[in-house]
Amino acid sequence: MSTETAAPAPLAPAGPTVTAAGRMTSLARAELTLIARSRATFFAAVFVPLVLPISFRSTVEDMDLKATGLSVGSVILPSAIGFSLLFAVYSSLVSVYAARREELVLKRLRTGELRDAEILTGAALPSVLIGLVQCLVLTAVCAALMDVGTPEAPLLAVLGLLLGLAMWPALAAVTASFSRSVEGAQVAAMPLLLVSMMASGTVVPFEVMPDRLASVCELLPLSPVITLIRGGWTGNLSGYEALGAVATAVAWIVIAVFAVRKWFRWEPRR
Amino acid sequence: MNTVTNAVMNTDEPVIEVTDLRRVYRGGYEAVRGVSFEVGRGELFALLGTNGAGKTSTVELIEGLAPPAGGRVRVLGHDPYTERSVVRPRIGLMLQEGGFPSELTVSETVRMWAGCTSGARPESEALSLVGLTRRAGVRVKQLSGGEKRRLDLALALLGRPEVLFLDEPTTGLDVEGRQETWELVRELRAAGTTVLLTTHYLEEAEGLADRLAILHAGQIAVSGTPAEVTASQPSRISFELPAGYFPGDLPPLDSLGVTGHEVVGRVLRLRTNELQRAATGLLVWAERAGVELRGLDVRSGSLEEAFLRIARDVSERDARAEQPPRPGGSESGGDGRNGKDGRNPKHSKKEHVA
Repeated sequence: MSTETAAPAPLAPAGPTVTAAGRMTSLARAELTLIARSRATFFAAVFVPLVLPISFRSTVEDMDLKATGLSVGSVILPSAIGFSLLFAVYSSLVSVYAARREELVLKRLRTGELRDAEILTGAALPSVLIGLVQCLVLTAVCAALMDVGTPEAPLLAVLGLLLGLAMWPALAAVTASFSRSVEGAQVAAMPLLLVSMMASGTVVPFEVMPDRLASVCELLPLSPVITLIRGGWTGNLSGYEALGAVATAVAWIVIAVFAVRKWFRWEPRR
Repeated sequence: MNTVTNAVMNTDEPVIEVTDLRRVYRGGYEAVRGVSFEVGRGELFALLGTNGAGKTSTVELIEGLAPPAGGRVRVLGHDPYTERSVVRPRIGLMLQEGGFPSELTVSETVRMWAGCTSGARPESEALSLVGLTRRAGVRVKQLSGGEKRRLDLALALLGRPEVLFLDEPTTGLDVEGRQETWELVRELRAAGTTVLLTTHYLEEAEGLADRLAILHAGQIAVSGTPAEVTASQPSRISFELPAGYFPGDLPPLDSLGVTGHEVVGRVLRLRTNELQRAATGLLVWAERAGVELRGLDVRSGSLEEAFLRIARDVSERDARAEQPPRPGGSESGGDGRNGKDGRNPKHSKKEHVA
């Protein structure tokens, strides 16, 4: 039997040819199974972003927001979405990329028909999906509990979210390149994680920061995402400001993709 | 471009064509230094070599995992690196150290890989080829080393490849698993699959390969059919010198057709290209002298011999290169008595003139 089954294909490849989308779906499905099986990743990705916003609600309530035109809800919702991007997408993907590299999975995948970009995208899809669902859930929860009202410019908010979902996987791949192990990857993720949590207009909105500090902080990668989502809700973002935020986000995506192409490591260091 | 199309259509064209291939690593280390060979359709070609000889470095270039620093590779008429999307669906490969997520089951791993492979076999067929059917539900982390190798092989075979690259496929397998893998590789080859195999098991190469090449220091030292390679090797006779006898007491070695000799302790080793003549002369002498040649070992040239000789050439060259002037000048120590440290004594050049 095996002589027959072992027969190679004729000169042209037989059978259905797989498409890029098919390949990435297949990889994403396996990756989703792995996330579900790893309790630590699952907890960090699913619960932290849901619990974190509640913990600083009182801080926000103590802020003097009257002069800024912000409500408690419009401070917390964009922040909650930002945390979701940081934890469910960025932090967990840094671990995923590092773990797959150290297990030699990336090296093995590169020997097949998958292209490099497909491998990184396919592996990111489950986390991106979790992040997206989480953002929707958070929006619904905030709408129900905090009276955020309806968004004034919903397209800006959606644009901000999409840019964030494209940017953070790329930044995760860059970060994973600067580590030698899964544990090391978590350490490597800390600086950007902390800076983003502190200074990207999440807990402390740019509106309450000193102007000069705010103009620097607005250049951080999470900042344009927060700005666009918050602006989408309050509707008080000028076209110029919106364009600036989009440009900043796109710049970060371009930089991250460039860095991945140049420096991403597919194999463990020897 | 026309030549490319022709190469695909013409089955007489080599399936793998490597010309003056070079690979230089970032630190400037040249791992592959001008390797050339061809593998025809349906042929099984084995690359042998000591550790660090450049086997994997060479194979990775042919698999299209990295661009060569110089030279040319064609697989099925295409450049495997720049025309990856054309070549990959038609080849299957198994790395020396493949990786699979440890928390996926065997079955999930195969399904994932099948989703990424054109014309993939059904999962059950892939697993039964390598005898892993019963392990389908087991997580990869619970597989033995040999089972992981077989899973890797199953994935290499998933797309019914025309060309199969196997980098040390049986390392870590037990004797039975190794035999089964060899049987499978023979069947694949019989069905027309072209195979490029690297191995450090000489019997694997000898038993499977149509042709082989021994690499050392990034270059091909010897190549040909297993029979050609072994035929080019001198045969060997070794025995313990009887008490009170010295090499000089033997008949003149030249007259026996012996081309080289060495003494390690009391053991005398002779090399010859005329085994029958040398052995007869020696045994007749022993009979007449009334002495017993203890530990007598007479063997024809073998792949192992070729392999060891190349390895020795390398280590001798290394030793010579880094040799500090020794106190006492023991280097000129006469007829091989300097083998007391148990290592092979350094020998005259004529020994290597096969």
